[in-house]
Amino acid sequence: MRLTPTPELAALRDRFRDFADKEVAPHAARHDAEERVDRAIVGRLAAEGLLAPLLPAGLGGRGLDPIAYGLLHEEIGRACSSVRSLLTVHDMVADSVRRWGTPALRERWLPRLVSGEALGAFALSEPDAGSDAAAVATVARPGRDGGHHLLTGTKRWITFGQLADVFLVFARTPDEGPTAFLVARDRPGLSVEPLPGMLGTRGSMLAELRFDDCPVPRDHLLGAPGRAHPFITTSALTLGRYSVAAGSVGIVRACLEASAGYAAGRGVLQHQLVQRMVADMVVSAEAGRLLALRAGELIGAGSPHAPMAATEAKYFAGRAAADAARDAVQIHGAAGCSPDHPVARYYRDAKVMEIIEGGNEVSQTMIGRFGHTAGH
Amino acid sequence: MSTPEPHEVREQTRQYLTSSLSRQIGDDEDIFAAGFVNSLFAAQLVMFVESRFGIEVENNELELAYFSSVNALTDFVTYKAGKGRAAQPCD
Repeated sequence: MRLTPTPELAALRDRFRDFADKEVAPHAARHDAEERVDRAIVGRLAAEGLLAPLLPAGLGGRGLDPIAYGLLHEEIGRACSSVRSLLTVHDMVADSVRRWGTPALRERWLPRLVSGEALGAFALSEPDAGSDAAAVATVARPGRDGGHHLLTGTKRWITFGQLADVFLVFARTPDEGPTAFLVARDRPGLSVEPLPGMLGTRGSMLAELRFDDCPVPRDHLLGAPGRAHPFITTSALTLGRYSVAAGSVGIVRACLEASAGYAAGRGVLQHQLVQRMVADMVVSAEAGRLLALRAGELIGAGSPHAPMAATEAKYFAGRAAADAARDAVQIHGAAGCSPDHPVARYYRDAKVMEIIEGGNEVSQTMIGRFGHTAGH
Repeated sequence: MSTPEPHEVREQTRQYLTSSLSRQIGDDEDIFAAGFVNSLFAAQLVMFVESRFGIEVENNELELAYFSSVNALTDFVTYKAGKGRAAQPCD
């Protein structure tokens, strides 16, 4: 066990940080204010090899170590939670296609997902089902021609649904149950409605997807009919929770940097109650990173303990981000409530970390019931 | 990665399930039917057999029956490794 980065990992982390500082952070406030990101960011991420980087070289990726992946998402999360969310859902789709797609599906879509020609989004949540895959109401009926399923239903709060070119959609087939389909945006019967005015990660371009007898070719089914849950959902959400955990650590660090600098500049860092808040940020960033990277290590090993480790990391780091952001606003006082300081954005973004990819209560339930058997 | 012999698969599987469930279970005991775990555990079992025994579970093998007991898992892994009889979901 080694708990400090190797020289190679440290160099990668520095490169990720440099990219985040130069290419992402300068646009974060605008992403938040305009509730969108420029499509150009997708190209810049692709040019840097940051889209679906876990894919092996044989499938067009760079075979990035999952530990390095966590460091990447921490650095991007520190700069802009909306861009980190873009990476999260895109990579969940790419990894699902790698693991559960047919060779033809992998060949068709993975190069486009790596190059940024196609942006992916994860379409699980529904108005009445939340992210409970077992309860999805969207229906996939076999078409009469035998070559298609017809999807009917509504997906809501789909991160980057406004921008994505392809969706991983979970729908219930009548005889088998939850099934995963890869659905191109241009399929007939699919309409995309923006969901503006969200509390946080406002640049993540949430959308509602409406399917009205949308025909999806049978060869765009992932896994097996009725087997999307728990198999595909678990592998995808494990990666998603790992990403959110790392991104949350990035938020804590952003809060720390803003708060320590502001408090020192205002001469209030000498106050012990302010020191307490800063100290909690320091420690929770370190602890959150350790939990996240442990999840990354287990993901890399294909360990059955990875899903629980990712849930634990996401639960801890998401709460730590919310706490840190609340304290960061407090340290800044009225200034922290204004758009002139980024901590107001961190505060709104951090709250989302306690909700997405399984809310705190879902995490608590999973950890409380099954965490004690998870290889501790 | 070399796949262990069937008796080793059985022993490692038994150890993993006993550890994960914090209880002793019979080799034929159906862990899903007994309510010891929820279906999410099936996904973890796929990861267990893939990481421990170096096999890849195919899409058409995502059947709870393959993962429901020590014996079912042993049959499945040894079948995949070409060292045992063909496993059937209804076994």
